[in-house]
Amino acid sequence: MRRRFLNAMPALVLVAALLGAWELYVDSGSTNSSILPAPHSIAVALWGNAGLLGHNLAITAEEVGVGILLALALGFVLAVLIHLSPILRRAVYPLTVGSQAVPIAVIAPLLVFLLGFGLLPKLIVIVLICFFPVVVTTVDGLAAVDPDQLKLLHTLDASRWQSFRFAELPAALPAAISGARIAVTVGVIGAYIAESQTATSGAYSGLGHEINADLTSLQTPRAYAAAVVLFAFAIACFYTLALAERRLAPWGNRPRGDIR
Amino acid sequence: MPTELQPRAPSTPRTARANDGIGLSDVSRAYRDQRGASVQALAGISLHADHGELLAVVGPSGCGKTTLLELICGLQSPDVGAVECAPAALMPQRDLLLPWLSAVDNAALALRIAHRPRAEARAQAAELFAEMGLEGFEQAHPHELSGGMRQRVAFLRTLLSGKPVLCLDEPFGALDAITRTEMQGWLDRALEREPRTVVLVTHDVEEAVVLADRVAVLSPRPGHVLAELDVDVPRPRSRTDAEVIVLREQALIALGMGDRS
Repeated sequence: MRRRFLNAMPALVLVAALLGAWELYVDSGSTNSSILPAPHSIAVALWGNAGLLGHNLAITAEEVGVGILLALALGFVLAVLIHLSPILRRAVYPLTVGSQAVPIAVIAPLLVFLLGFGLLPKLIVIVLICFFPVVVTTVDGLAAVDPDQLKLLHTLDASRWQSFRFAELPAALPAAISGARIAVTVGVIGAYIAESQTATSGAYSGLGHEINADLTSLQTPRAYAAAVVLFAFAIACFYTLALAERRLAPWGNRPRGDIR
Repeated sequence: MPTELQPRAPSTPRTARANDGIGLSDVSRAYRDQRGASVQALAGISLHADHGELLAVVGPSGCGKTTLLELICGLQSPDVGAVECAPAALMPQRDLLLPWLSAVDNAALALRIAHRPRAEARAQAAELFAEMGLEGFEQAHPHELSGGMRQRVAFLRTLLSGKPVLCLDEPFGALDAITRTEMQGWLDRALEREPRTVVLVTHDVEEAVVLADRVAVLSPRPGHVLAELDVDVPRPRSRTDAEVIVLREQALIALGMGDRS
């Protein structure tokens, strides 16, 4: 516990220093508080709107969670196909790269038109933004398997599928999880983009929608409070995946000589 | 009893010798290096090992020893000549244990590939762990094992492939001198319990003479046989045995490195 606290110290000191500087800058009166609220008024907004922000966080978290899982599945399957088939590599890889250049604003109206105002169009936007890092890292991970290892499996009469299952797949897992960590962090901003770009109706909201609505109605402290929640959520997602990596692929990134 | 050691069909069609040995007659083989130039690895090499015999192949670095083993294991085909071989399993120079599998699962890899149930494969491998001085390390992962232990697990994996021929590519080359001597004794005893036809490639003439029934001395690339020595010395041998020292000297002279040459 004490060690954990000491490990977190540098980050906490940095955050405290930045908040202090921010507070001083706003208090000095050189900016308008409806453009940049002071940290203390953000804290007040955070406290006062805890219920509303919690409700919106639940919606955004669902989008991110489901979206990331879909992006991981899609990214992993695409990576395996690209790895196994040279024809698919030539067919799919350029499109995969191109998909990252499609401005969301162009397709968002189409998605809403086709899929309505609910969760589905937002999921598609998140998947579109997140699957790419998973594909790239997994393709590289699959290709990085030791060729001598494959040769050895061949002498043990392993089939193509067995070589994949015993060597390539586990060899690629740490890289795939690294891709997932990138995907999770861009997934949070992806959710904001999705909520901003696709129209929403009724009770369906989310933190991104909340931020945009508050900014237009000059409720700036609450917009910042929502951004703080998003910020904390992104960090929590990233470290959850780091924990998962240690469970799922303990052979990757282990410092030499470290036994359990 | 003989059904138990029945080899499975090799992945490449080769003529299997009825006696579980190996034979190469007048084999030549070239490969392309990284710049695409053709390198003659072996030129007219003839070798044989009978059932249960341990043939050591010694030679200077880069005499085509690895090419030789890959020919025997069916990973390559000869350009010229014939390779007649019972199915062979390779123990590569680097142990190539899979870091994501425990020691026992690494040893049992060939059984899993042969679609044996996981529990049965583990049980069969674990039985040999005790015999091979690896008891208590079944669940350890490769990074937790010492170099000597990793080589033992790699050897078990080769043994459990069930193939009648074992090809060992400088198995102790990366170990320190003390561990290497220990491992040589260990291999001697292991093969006494689990007899196989063995081709042992090494650059260590002493190791060859201590372990082998016969030693083939190869020339520098392109490799061919310079001399064959029968090691007719009772086991267990020590590197200080008079006969071992004499044979070692003969092998070194064949390599052009004798004391008086």
